[in-house]
Amino acid sequence: MTELLQADTVPLVFAAVAVFCVTVYVLADGLDLGVGILFLAAPRDADRDLMMASIEPVWDGNETWLVMGGTLLFAAFPAGYYILLPAFYLPIMFMLFALIFRGVAFGFRLQATRFRLVWDIAFFAGSVLATFCQGLILGGLITGVPVENGMFAGGPFSFLSLLGVLCGAGLVGGYALIGAGWLIWKTDGATQVFAREIAHAALILTGAMMALVSAWSAWSVPEVAVRWFAFPNLALLAPVPLVTLAVIVALWRGIWEGGQARTFLLALALFALGLVGLIVSLWPYLVPRHVTVWDGMSDPQSLAFLAVGIAIIIPIVLAYQAHAYWVFRGKTVHEHGAYGGHAGS
Amino acid sequence: MDAVALSRLQFAFTIGFHILWPTLTIGTAWFVTVLSALWWRTGNTVYRDLMRFWMRLFALGFGMGVVTGIVLSYEIGTNWAGFSRSVANVLGPLFAYETMTAFFLEAGFIGIMLFGEGRVSKGAHFFACLMVAMGALISSTWIIAANSWMQTPAGAVADAQGIYHVVSWWDVIFTASFPYRLAHMVCASFLTCSFVIAGVSAFHLWRGQHVAASRTAFSMALWLALVLAPLQIFIGDMHGRNTMVEQPTKLAAMEGLWETTKGPAMTVIAWPDMAAQKNLYAIDIPHLASLYLTHSWDGQVQGLKAVPPADQPNVPIVFFAFRIMAGIGVVLLATAITGFVLRLRGRLFTARWFQFLTMATTPLGFLAVLAGWTVTEAGRQPWIIYGALRTADAAAPVAAGAVTTSLLIFFAVYNVLLLAFVWFAGRVALKGPIDSAPPTREHPGMERSTLGAFTTSPVPSPVRGTDPARA
Ligand code: HDD
Ligand code: HEM
Ligand code: HEM
Repeated sequence: MTELLQADTVPLVFAAVAVFCVTVYVLADGLDLGVGILFLAAPRDADRDLMMASIEPVWDGNETWLVMGGTLLFAAFPAGYYILLPAFYLPIMFMLFALIFRGVAFGFRLQATRFRLVWDIAFFAGSVLATFCQGLILGGLITGVPVENGMFAGGPFSFLSLLGVLCGAGLVGGYALIGAGWLIWKTDGATQVFAREIAHAALILTGAMMALVSAWSAWSVPEVAVRWFAFPNLALLAPVPLVTLAVIVALWRGIWEGGQARTFLLALALFALGLVGLIVSLWPYLVPRHVTVWDGMSDPQSLAFLAVGIAIIIPIVLAYQAHAYWVFRGKTVHEHGAYGGHAGS
Repeated sequence: MDAVALSRLQFAFTIGFHILWPTLTIGTAWFVTVLSALWWRTGNTVYRDLMRFWMRLFALGFGMGVVTGIVLSYEIGTNWAGFSRSVANVLGPLFAYETMTAFFLEAGFIGIMLFGEGRVSKGAHFFACLMVAMGALISSTWIIAANSWMQTPAGAVADAQGIYHVVSWWDVIFTASFPYRLAHMVCASFLTCSFVIAGVSAFHLWRGQHVAASRTAFSMALWLALVLAPLQIFIGDMHGRNTMVEQPTKLAAMEGLWETTKGPAMTVIAWPDMAAQKNLYAIDIPHLASLYLTHSWDGQVQGLKAVPPADQPNVPIVFFAFRIMAGIGVVLLATAITGFVLRLRGRLFTARWFQFLTMATTPLGFLAVLAGWTVTEAGRQPWIIYGALRTADAAAPVAAGAVTTSLLIFFAVYNVLLLAFVWFAGRVALKGPIDSAPPTREHPGMERSTLGAFTTSPVPSPVRGTDPARA
């Protein structure tokens, strides 16, 4: 086992697992952060009740993928963990503060009678701020972080870049789009109409920001431009933006027509494509232009121990998470008629 | 202050805040699980009402535990990059296993536990509760294994750059202090919860409301306390004797013992003066420490002066924190025994003064837990990995200004959170297990009073005399 794990493919496997965790996180938490971003825009309090109820049983499981991403980085690619986390100290801290507020808002909003608006705002602002901070981190990662002697060597604000701000705005739009797609799928009536209306705005913001981010990173980060525009990459990679464009068009057309899950699924596809683009820009770096996935690995005996767990446990985790979604399948509703008979039997 | 001192303050504050919620939720999750099983098997509605009631309190605490826990897992990288670099091979997989085996388990079933009643069968609901409760215990096991490795490292060797490489996973996980620390912490959580349950039930007994449910819970909690209070002291004693072998300097700080002594006295109270390296105003009981530490009249115990002052922890902090914890242990034991005596005399539910006493003990478990962790962590200083890595070398290259900012915000945010929690949880607790009507599908028992359309359960007023459960 240990010899096997010294092979050059090992980092690839673990990098794939890490990419998988990040993808699941972005798609899953994207939907409930997105619902939070749309929270105050909803016209009625009843919509907000329904919106929150639709994500209440699953948000904790979604957010756990963020913890998984962090601990996996620590365990498999420690260099990424101890260089990048201090480098993004402030945006990480503010993301955590924001997640705290939106997390407790789930419980407290229900209990609140007089100051419910306070928790509405906490939930909305927490969702927006957390998303925006994730965008800042993403932009800072593409721009690159200063490293000396294998440690972060910048100041508290070296994460800040125009690209980060653009990414932040793009993520807010993108999560809002996923959230709107989720609401179209999980609700009906007035709430669903609201979700369809707002989906257009979210799509415009997302599309515009995706274009801007791509152009700006190609222009401002030479390594990224080389990666995309040098031959033969240009020909090989050309499908990525083309498919993206097609998905955007399909999204635009499908918001009022087609199956009710369509917007949600297409929004997920759009995000997956964005991630593919990101990986193309950054591969094979863990810390861009300083540490590759090969240099940043932990010990073979640690990876072997980890691999056993990942291979056995992650499939089980995915199964019971899917089960949790299944238990709460169908339209989210508030009436309780069906309840009594069942619980009392 | 420099970034290291600020990071220490921030870590101590955020982890001290976090530990309050696991302490509350580990025990209450099991209480809810037991109630769910009883309701499933007996069909007695008292169990159902109690289950829904404690589930609501559990849910609030669980949310706090999750959001404050995520902070910690990131702080280890943001603030302790030097530490992460040196121990990633060892602790990284432990944390990853904790996430995979515990956090996902809890998160995967919490939705069904809290909102699934009525969507799934009673048996499946019990199973979901059981998974959440198991998840909390599994989480404790991994995190205590990681902490115990930092206290009594084994199974890994450091290279020239100070990076640890694992030789044996078995030895990394089952270190010398691990079994004691795990048993002591889990027992602490159950003990704390038994007094929380007793205190809340005592309030309702005193008000004369929800009598049937409150009597059941009060009685269950006090039986549990009667077993756990002495058990916790027993485990604590074994834990201390393990510390005497593994971390003699910490034990000497707990005892306030400066000189290596044969047959040391127990110092009941004193002011340990670090500059003078001796105790002021000490009240000693001869030979007593020797008896409980070495189980002999003239056993030898190592003193603080065996190491240079630079390698000693802050003695007064460790010394007083230990006394607070052990003192609370004795108070809780006395309360549990008093309850037992009242029970034998048939006055358990009627003695009003005892209801006040149990209400007063409600917060004590949390205080003891904080004091206990202070002993453990402060007593380990100046090491972050005992005898191997100094805390000062573990910090991250972050600016003091950035840490000051985050520390101040944590301080403000956590205080607001605590107030909000006390306010909302207090309201739920004081209202009591009232809803015999089924809860709404999404939110068991949580009335949506501002939305007429959604107010499904008639909410009986908590005013005396109007409660149907009283009769
Ligand atoms: C003895 C128990 C114990 C101790 C000492 C700690 N925790 Fe904890 N933690 C729990 C017991 C627990 C728990 C009971 O399992 C929680 C509370 C609520 C929950 O979801 O799980 C939890 C939640 C929790 C979460 C949120 C998980 C989620 O998303 O569901 C994280 C990331 C951490 N913890 C991380 C830590 C770290 C990094 C610690 C120390 C350095 C730590 N915990 C100390
Ligand atoms: C959850 C209960 C815990 C509490 C209340 C607690 C409390 C504390 C306190 C008071 C300090 C400051 C000590 C000092 O600077 O004098 C500290 C430091 C620290 N503890 Fe803990 N601790 C807990 C558990 C843990 C665990 C489980 C870990 C590791 C996985 C851990 C790792 C650390 C680290 C890295 C520091 C910072 C460096 C240091 O000052 O030692 N602690 N903790
Ligand atoms: C007279 C009774 C008690 C004794 C003799 C005792 C003993 C100890 C000792 C020796 C330690 C330090 C271990 C070390 O790091 O070396 C400790 C830690 C601790 N104690 Fe106690 N204890 C007692 C009561 C309690 C009570 C009542 C609670 C809570 C309800 C509690 C909770 C804790 C916790 C949370 C820790 C830190 C975690 C650990 O290291 O186990 N203790 N205790």
